Amino acid sequence: MVIDYDKATNNLTIGFDGEIDHHSCNEIAVLSDDAIRKYLPQRVVFDFKNVRFMDSAGIGMIIGRYKQLLRFGGKAEMKNINNEIKRIFSMVGIFKIIPLVD
Amino acid sequence: MENEMKLEFKSKSCNEAFARITVAAFASQLDPTIEEISDIKTAVSEAVTNSIIHGYENQEGNIHIICKIEGQVLNVEVIDYGKGIENLEIAKQPLYTTKPELDRSGMGFTIMENFMDKFEVESIVGMGTKVKMQKTIVRKEEV
Ligand SMILES: Nc1ncnc2c1ncn2[C@@H]1O[C@H](COP(=O)(O)OP(=O)(O)O)[C@@H](O)[C@H]1O
Ligand SMILES: [Mg+2]
Repeated sequence: MVIDYDKATNNLTIGFDGEIDHHSCNEIAVLSDDAIRKYLPQRVVFDFKNVRFMDSAGIGMIIGRYKQLLRFGGKAEMKNINNEIKRIFSMVGIFKIIPLVD
Repeated sequence: MENEMKLEFKSKSCNEAFARITVAAFASQLDPTIEEISDIKTAVSEAVTNSIIHGYENQEGNIHIICKIEGQVLNVEVIDYGKGIENLEIAKQPLYTTKPELDRSGMGFTIMENFMDKFEVESIVGMGTKVKMQKTIVRKEEV
């Protein structure tokens, strides 16, 4: 996982890698929440470039992090989402609250 | 083609990846597309995760997977002997989850239903749950 904070823009990029499932989500959630609390970014970009697999655990994980962010008014975006992952996120209409950018 | 395999493993979350990769490897003899393989992996991952989190509630138990190939049809059964489901109709609804505090989305059954061609759940409270799924792998044109 890559955590990259840009002080000038107050943007935090969280790059996931490998497989996002119930097993891997615990650690991903803890590391993401730690970074969000540490930097209190104005915007978080969730980057899926290196994700090979994701099931519905990814939906819950992203919404959970988004709720953390909402507490202090931060915004979120997602990028580099392949078609299979897009299909899963689209089922719950997630892009309406966390837009997909490129 | 006709073939069959059975898997038995402990309800540990690290086995979620093992289970979906093993079923995908077995299905690969039908020459599926990358998208078909991804659908199968995701559906199996959902069923196995449910057995671990909801069926056994993170206690130790055994999970069985039975895979059968008949012609171009793959049948997968995921079975646990855990607590079972009281109301299947409600459980299958999109966004319904009994564990929202664990960041669950309630989309597992909906994904299984959408990603596979046939999907059925049998459950008896106190006895366990069996998820039956089927996918037909479309034969590719011979070149
Ligand atoms: N194997 C199982 N054993 C017991 N209960 C289950 C099982 N699978 C699913 N359930 C119940 O059905 C609900 C919906 O499952 P699902 O759609 O996968 O959503 P989620 O796993 O996110 O809660 C679960 O919250 C749980 O109450
Ligand atoms: Mg589930």
